[in-house]
Amino acid sequence: MPAAPQSSLLGLNTYQGPWSYLQTKHLLNRTMFGAKAADINYFKTKGVVASVDELLNVPNSLPAPPLNDYNTSSFIDPNVPMGTTWVNDVSLDGTINAYRRATYKKWLLSVCVGQERNIREKLTFFWSNHFGTESDTISYGSMVYLHHQILRANCVGNFKQMVRAVTTDPGMLRYLNGYLNTKTAPDENYGRELQELFTVGKDGGAKYSEEDVKTAAKVLTGWKIDAAFNAVFDSTRHDTSNKTFSPYYSSKTITGKSGASGALETDELMTMLFDNTDTAKFICRKLYRYFVYYYIDANVENNIIKPLANTFITNNFDIKPVLKQLLQSEHFYDSLYIGCQIKSPLDHVVGFLRQYEIAFPNAVTDYADTYYMYNNMVNQLISMGQSPVDPPNVAGWPAYYQAPDYNELWINADTMPKRNKFTDLMVETGYTKNGKKIIIDTIQFAKTVCTNPSDPNLLIDSLFAFLVSTDVDASLKTNLKIQLLLTGQMSDYYWTDAWNLYISTPTVINFNIVNTRLKALLKYIMNLPDYQLQ
Amino acid sequence: MERRKFIRNSFALLAPTMIGGNPIHILQDHPMLDSALLATSGNNNVLVIIQLSGGNDGLNTVIPISEYSNYYNARTNIAIPEKKILKLEANDATGIHPAMTAMQNLFSDGKLNIVQSVGYPQPSFSHFRATDIWMSGSDSNQYLNTGWAGRLLNYENPGYPDNYPTVDKPDPLAIQIGSLATLTCQGPAVNMALSISDPSSFYNLLDGTNASVANTNAGYELSFLRGIAKQTNLYTARIKAASDSVKQQVTYPNNSLASQLKVVARLIKGGLHTKVYMVNYGGFDTHSGQVVASDTTTGAHANLLKVLSDSIAAFQSDMAGLEIEDRVIGMTYSEFGRRIVSNGSGGTDHGSAAPLFLFGKNVRGGVFGDNPTIPASANVNDNVPYQYDFRTVYNTILQNWFCVNATGQTEILTKQFPTLPLINASVCGINDKNSTFAKEALVYNYPNPFSSFTKVEFKTKGGHTLLQLLDGSGTILKVLVEATYNYPGMNSYNLYGSGMAPGVYYIRLQNEDKIFVKAIIKM
Repeated sequence: MPAAPQSSLLGLNTYQGPWSYLQTKHLLNRTMFGAKAADINYFKTKGVVASVDELLNVPNSLPAPPLNDYNTSSFIDPNVPMGTTWVNDVSLDGTINAYRRATYKKWLLSVCVGQERNIREKLTFFWSNHFGTESDTISYGSMVYLHHQILRANCVGNFKQMVRAVTTDPGMLRYLNGYLNTKTAPDENYGRELQELFTVGKDGGAKYSEEDVKTAAKVLTGWKIDAAFNAVFDSTRHDTSNKTFSPYYSSKTITGKSGASGALETDELMTMLFDNTDTAKFICRKLYRYFVYYYIDANVENNIIKPLANTFITNNFDIKPVLKQLLQSEHFYDSLYIGCQIKSPLDHVVGFLRQYEIAFPNAVTDYADTYYMYNNMVNQLISMGQSPVDPPNVAGWPAYYQAPDYNELWINADTMPKRNKFTDLMVETGYTKNGKKIIIDTIQFAKTVCTNPSDPNLLIDSLFAFLVSTDVDASLKTNLKIQLLLTGQMSDYYWTDAWNLYISTPTVINFNIVNTRLKALLKYIMNLPDYQLQ
Repeated sequence: MERRKFIRNSFALLAPTMIGGNPIHILQDHPMLDSALLATSGNNNVLVIIQLSGGNDGLNTVIPISEYSNYYNARTNIAIPEKKILKLEANDATGIHPAMTAMQNLFSDGKLNIVQSVGYPQPSFSHFRATDIWMSGSDSNQYLNTGWAGRLLNYENPGYPDNYPTVDKPDPLAIQIGSLATLTCQGPAVNMALSISDPSSFYNLLDGTNASVANTNAGYELSFLRGIAKQTNLYTARIKAASDSVKQQVTYPNNSLASQLKVVARLIKGGLHTKVYMVNYGGFDTHSGQVVASDTTTGAHANLLKVLSDSIAAFQSDMAGLEIEDRVIGMTYSEFGRRIVSNGSGGTDHGSAAPLFLFGKNVRGGVFGDNPTIPASANVNDNVPYQYDFRTVYNTILQNWFCVNATGQTEILTKQFPTLPLINASVCGINDKNSTFAKEALVYNYPNPFSSFTKVEFKTKGGHTLLQLLDGSGTILKVLVEATYNYPGMNSYNLYGSGMAPGVYYIRLQNEDKIFVKAIIKM
């Protein structure tokens, strides 16, 4: 058993090895929330460079916005009819906004489950964890939506522009009190997190000073939110003094400006932060931990992080070239890293729904039922420790940053059984609403994953290849075949006959003979600790 | 802190302690404390189910000596020579396979009950479907996605698994060893059994050894996950402690069934509150080479039966030695029996009804039911018809062993079934101490099956005698005879079939302390 995490000596040269099912699935597991069988087959023929290019080619069109699904006989939103979107409606009402935030989470899950073959949702989630806003704190549904739309629209774009946009995004102004930051009563909250968490970071200890925090806060004074929920710069609240930073920022002085020009100081602050090479390295480490593995030693720092940071800087903080270099590197495909990530709850739940292509009610005609079903998924995530868009604090979820355990923090004696219970439930009973049901279709799944499900050996091999990323003992597979598919018999043809009988004569009894055995097998595989890895 | 944990911790501090100068080791696990709690939460009876996978050849297991020549003619190439058949005490008509000497002794001790021809209407000949029927307790044409024991455990623990383990139920409700979670213990939402899929991994758990992982980061994380999974199993520590607490057992034979039963014995003795244990022994699908042609008492089937017989006998003797035989019974079953006529490859093909064994101090020793009738010139499709629906056996266990009331019985088995006098029911407060099990048949009828008429003959020893007609669900349709006889002797009743739908009925005789039930079939 390995005593500690290991790092690969392979660097950022483009991967030249075989492009098979294994590598394809690895890339998709890391860049999307789980892969459908058809996704793997689609990219398997393309090779590494074309696959990465296609995944990074994010469309400009954004998903249709979330709807009012919350009108009932006892509560009606006066401004937004049922079934239409609320994202453009400004409301200060606490009840309405609580409903809208809940709807946003359901909608977010539906977008993740319905994602196209690109990196957008996985990467958008990375950024929402990076900026760490809590929807409960922002409180206004439309601001929550707008904040995450900035991240979604810019996910593979320019990081410097993204930070600039987020800095004066109404949601962020509310979340970190930027709208209360005035020359007479400076609020350091955003000025601190901008440095500590969003740009230069404090890997190996903060090198900016406490004074830098105060100085940055002064630069940012004057931003506030108007009644229409727009961010506006109020020069009367802006500190017009000169702001001089510590030697960590080359003792940079941002000259105080009055009037509308005061807002330009914010842009100068961005330039200063991005001129510091720690920003590129900090972000590249975080991307590495999210897409590859959390373990960064001197070898990874020198061979991967530093060159990636150079790429980031050279490309003026465009995100795409960095990801392209990382995701097509021979480092990324080293067998050391295949299947080594512990799934986040979001990976687990959304990945599961995508793997099994669980059919949700029609999103247009039965949108209320769809939202209801996704609400169940949100509740599952909450029970597993990850309420989407509500991280524990502005640092995001500890599993993405807390040394030395990182993503092991997702798993404990409470959450592990909940993960298993979720998959068991989706095998056994699923969820039902208004006569509509979401549940695993075992037969369809077997047909989708396996070219010949009547062969019990091939079926088990195919299921393992698709569902887990670790090598499983051949004796376990044999055991599972005999005990579960053959019900203790020794001859493969008993399963083959049962499957073929169902296909030729799909009666309820024949269906159940096959279904009962597939259910037990799927539950077993998903209860293996191996299923928690991707 | 829960009271229970407090007590437990207090004892942990004291152990080992000194009482009167002698070191007393108080078990870290706490069967003593639990038995006090147990008194208020139902009985602590245990059922051990032995599944014989593949379809056991009932006719070469329990051999109808009274039908020997027809038996021999039907399966000349595999028939057990008459003189080699093991005799059963006080039962000349029926014998058992020569490999089963250990179970012959168990029978003599009154701890073995052979229920003849257990099955169900319209039997399935598919391993899968027949296994599902036995495990779920369904009709042949009914689909139930829960198991009969799962429904029992759910009936008693409706909230499971939320908030389990509890103070009263600190252990797995059921434990399945030797195969993965099966339908038997599937409840409405979850499987009620802790499944120890791979006995060797279970033995590893008891020994504290670990499975290996790849030398990659995935291997590193997998070790982490497995460690958590082990902690997560809320029952692991208790199972290991229970197993460790039993130091002395009888010697078991060296085979996979005996190994499983040996662990079961330890867990029961070690104080687990688990109600149902399931073990599995496979290989009974003897289409060919069932016997060695030169000596039909040897071969694959003989080996299987020897393992079965020796293992059960060792387990039973362990129960006695561990002083827990009052509260443990066992039951064997197989998904079906095999055809009456053997095939050309020295084996037998899939059949229907077959005998079932119940064993334990509290089962009523003897042979229950008639020998199957073997036609004089049996043809290849002839099967042993069932006398007793397998669910009447289940229902007997529910009522007489787990003390489930009539409402519960119907809920668990989805319909009514009669009970049979197979188990001493005094533990459930059922006052049948006077109704001993009749070893000889007390009711005959002919013809059987019948269409317009059958003559029912019944034997009374005198005194109050009640003869009832029951339908397949156990509902009493009619009292045929209720009389007090002054002398012992044979009496008869003419039963007319008009108005009776085709199917299975039962004639139930109750004569003072004797009960007998006979299945009859209306065509």
